Amino acid sequence: MSRNLLLASLLFSIAFPALSQTEAGTIKISRGDARIVRGADTLPAAVGSSVFVSDSLVTGTDGAVGLTLRDNTRLTAGPDTTLDLNTFNFDTTTHVGEVDASVTRGSLSVISGKIAKASPNGVKFNTPTVTLGVRGTEFIIEVDAPVEEQ
Amino acid sequence: MGVLLAPLFGIYLMIVFSAPPEAPPPAVTDTIVLLPDEDGRVGSVVVTSASGGEQTLDTAYATVDVNEEGVLEARVEDPATIQAQYGALLSATPPQPKSFTVTFEAGSSDQLTPVSLRTIDELKEFLQGRPAPEISIIGHTDRVGSDADNDVLSLARAKAVQQLIEQMGVEAQSLESSGRGEREPIVATADKVSEVRNRRVEINIR
Repeated sequence: MSRNLLLASLLFSIAFPALSQTEAGTIKISRGDARIVRGADTLPAAVGSSVFVSDSLVTGTDGAVGLTLRDNTRLTAGPDTTLDLNTFNFDTTTHVGEVDASVTRGSLSVISGKIAKASPNGVKFNTPTVTLGVRGTEFIIEVDAPVEEQ
Repeated sequence: MGVLLAPLFGIYLMIVFSAPPEAPPPAVTDTIVLLPDEDGRVGSVVVTSASGGEQTLDTAYATVDVNEEGVLEARVEDPATIQAQYGALLSATPPQPKSFTVTFEAGSSDQLTPVSLRTIDELKEFLQGRPAPEISIIGHTDRVGSDADNDVLSLARAKAVQQLIEQMGVEAQSLESSGRGEREPIVATADKVSEVRNRRVEINIR
């Protein structure tokens, strides 16, 4: 029974890949004119809004938007910015994954998260002229010591 | 497991565009600046242009200018200039994800250690100012008892903490609990050993 269900859901997700939309993160800070562009739709980038793979964040002159991805990567788009989230996948157990985003205009600040530590070649940002590969440092692998509340 | 609790050794970088003026020499189109993270650590970023140029940034405030011909030029930016120029951008950065840990009395799924009761108070205060908090709660046990019982106990501990958070009156964006049994100890022990540091629940807030 449960195997049939599993099979059915597998077949379903193969047949309708567009329905298995990947949630990449959540808007935490929103100022001024800040929007999420999803296909043909434009939604306000309100605090608490989910951001999915293939979404774009677009800000106006007075806008800024801060987004935390599921691996704790933090992206901040400044005024007059377009940020396209091309790829995001993240294994919550191994922390292996990929982040790929493009800035076509404006400004973006990035604080890398768990993926940059577990998948040093998995984090990529693009502008129209350059590609940035974000590598972690060796510090990142330190870990087995018990960590106090941070 | 340790990775989950590791402090965020973030890498900050910034990408900024300016409108290219018409007059030669080739105008700068992109600027990339590597910043130290909140803990003062500096990561590294490799910048590659379509025309084959490559620069590695690995010191604080190391900067690369990209001109319209795709040529990369390295320099070092002044911290005060960065603050003046990008202060508004940086001030919209989401708050740093944070973890709390509480510990339990032996065998109990609802009795926190005295020090952890204070942690719960701190957690409540912390959550007040947090925008759209996504909270993940993970329960653990020490190695007293069977694996199966500990799976149940670890989840019960996580659920108990979830209930405490629900009673705090904070509006969580999401709140989920899971149990990891005895398989991810903070302190490695032999089987059947009672260890308070392992009888814990981690609360991760994004």
